[in-house]
Parts: sequence; structure tokens; C-alpha cells
Amino acid sequence: MEIKVLKDILGANEQIAGINRQLLDSNNVFAVNLMSSPGAGKTSLILETIKRLKGKTRIGVIEGDVSSSLDAEVISKEGVPVVQINTGGGCHLDANMASSALGNVPLKDIELLIIENVGNLICPAEFALGEHKNVLISSIPEGDDKPFKYPLIFHKADAVLINKIDLLPYLKFDTEAFSQVIKGMNEEVEIFPLSCTTGEGLVQWVSWLMAQMGKG
Amino acid sequence: MHELAITKSMLDLVLEQAEKAEAKEVGKINLVIGEMCGVVEECVQFYFDFLSKGTSAEGAALSFKMVPTKARCRGCDRLFELKEFDWTCPYCQGNNMEIVAGKELFVESIEVE
Repeated sequence: MEIKVLKDILGANEQIAGINRQLLDSNNVFAVNLMSSPGAGKTSLILETIKRLKGKTRIGVIEGDVSSSLDAEVISKEGVPVVQINTGGGCHLDANMASSALGNVPLKDIELLIIENVGNLICPAEFALGEHKNVLISSIPEGDDKPFKYPLIFHKADAVLINKIDLLPYLKFDTEAFSQVIKGMNEEVEIFPLSCTTGEGLVQWVSWLMAQMGKG
Repeated sequence: MHELAITKSMLDLVLEQAEKAEAKEVGKINLVIGEMCGVVEECVQFYFDFLSKGTSAEGAALSFKMVPTKARCRGCDRLFELKEFDWTCPYCQGNNMEIVAGKELFVESIEVE
């Protein structure tokens, strides 16, 4: 006997993500799912964002890593609440892990939650966490062919940050062609070239983020 | 590596449906998977063989219907398949498009006894 199912394989994850989203909304917390390959600058971006938004909004961070709490320690020095998730070998965060972590985030005390996903361009694209916006960092040393190799994550992103633009004089990276490819398949995406080292472009990123939170 | 989490969710879904139908055994699982999801069939099969041991889906055949990535050109409105490293419309050479297929990841049906 054949039974028609026609159900999304990751439907259970989507359902939990929906519950997380409700919890965030009921506490007026805006959540960003920050994704990139390892070493693209997620932690640096979080640190720079915290510095620039001090006094403007209250931030909390969830740190997703396969192991260690190195990044969480660096971020907690900035005086913001940080909750560490160690996936124990898992290559991405899922809604269930985010749900457990949310229980330890002081939601009443923050307005913006940045969730640093595990460094990976494949798996995080599939698993919603309950975020309001998906932000992807793609850095100059990774090369400008990444949208072709990992289309799903570029398709899903609400904003793409091109980090490490201070390295443009030394590396081959066609920023214009790269942006055109992403815009071609994801019309609504916002693209911000920036450098966490020199600070160039960070103002534009931070203003966009504030505007998304309704604080623009 | 996301195949582990995907296979586990897929098996949970299949077992839930089989139980609902009061089936004793699942003989075949028909999956539809978009090319953009980057799911490797061999990996799913490997994890499935391991995870399904001792369940009513043990030994079930997995059928994969892979869906190529397709887009609709916003310039000339025609449909085309996205080729690796060439994302331009073959009809008008436009590069503004809407992805219309390739993101699928669902269980189409199961065959049970």
C-alpha cells in the first residue's frame, strides 16, 4: 500500500524554529542568524557591532561552535551576555539547540540577539533557528566563486557582508561580478563590503541592522 | 555532513506516518531532493541503514528523485536550468532570475505493508 506523505523532511525543525520566533517576539528581541565559512570574521564582526551599538541597543550573543568556548570568552569581555552552544561535532545549529540556549539568554534585558552559527556554508542554510534575518559573511580570501558552489546559503541570506576588503589590493576578487551574481538570484539581498580591521563599511552595516530593528 | 540530521528527521517522519497507518513494515521510501540542497545519496543511505535498525523501516529501499535547479528569467520570463558557474539566461543572457526549483527536501510517499 502506498501512502502519500508530501511533508518537508525538516518540518519538525521548522516547527521548533517557529516556537523560538514566538518567544523572541513576545520579548521584543530581534534575532540575527550569522553564518559564514570558518575564519570569515563572524566573531570579529560581532565584536565590532557591539562596540558600535553600545548605548544604542542592548545585545546578547549565542555562540555556536563544534567545541571550545574561546569565542564566547572574547565576546563576554565586551560586557554582553553570551551563551555557548557546543554542537559536539555537529556541523550546524538547529532550532532545538537554539531553543535550549534561549532558555539561558536574559531575553528581558536585550533587544538584539546575534546567533553565531557554526562556520560552514552548507548545513546552516537548511536549518532555521527562529531568526528574523539571515546574515552571511563572505570574505575576500575565500574567492568570488562561492555563490556558484554554495547557492542555497546565498539565496537564503537577507544580507551578505563582504569582509576583509582591506585585502583587495593583494587578492583576485571581483566585487562587482560577485555582487551581481548574488543580486541576480536573490533580488532583495543587501550587500555590504566592509573590513573589521580598518572599520570601513561598518557604519552602513550597523545602520541597516538598526533599521531592521525599527530603530533606523 | 547535514545528511545525518536530515536522515534522522526523515526516518522520524516516515515512522510517524507508518504508525498512523498501522503498518507493520515500510518497504520503500520515495524522497524528492533539490540539487541546491547538496544532499549526497550515498550518505543518506549509509546513515539510514544504521539509524533504521530495529525499526519498522529497517531494510526499506530509498528512492531519490533529484530535482535540478531551475530559474525563471526576469528579463524574458523563460525557464532554464542553472549550470555550474554559468548563471545567465541562455535565451537573453540576462542574469536576474527567480529560483523556481532545486530547494525541495521532502518525503513524497512511503510503501508499507
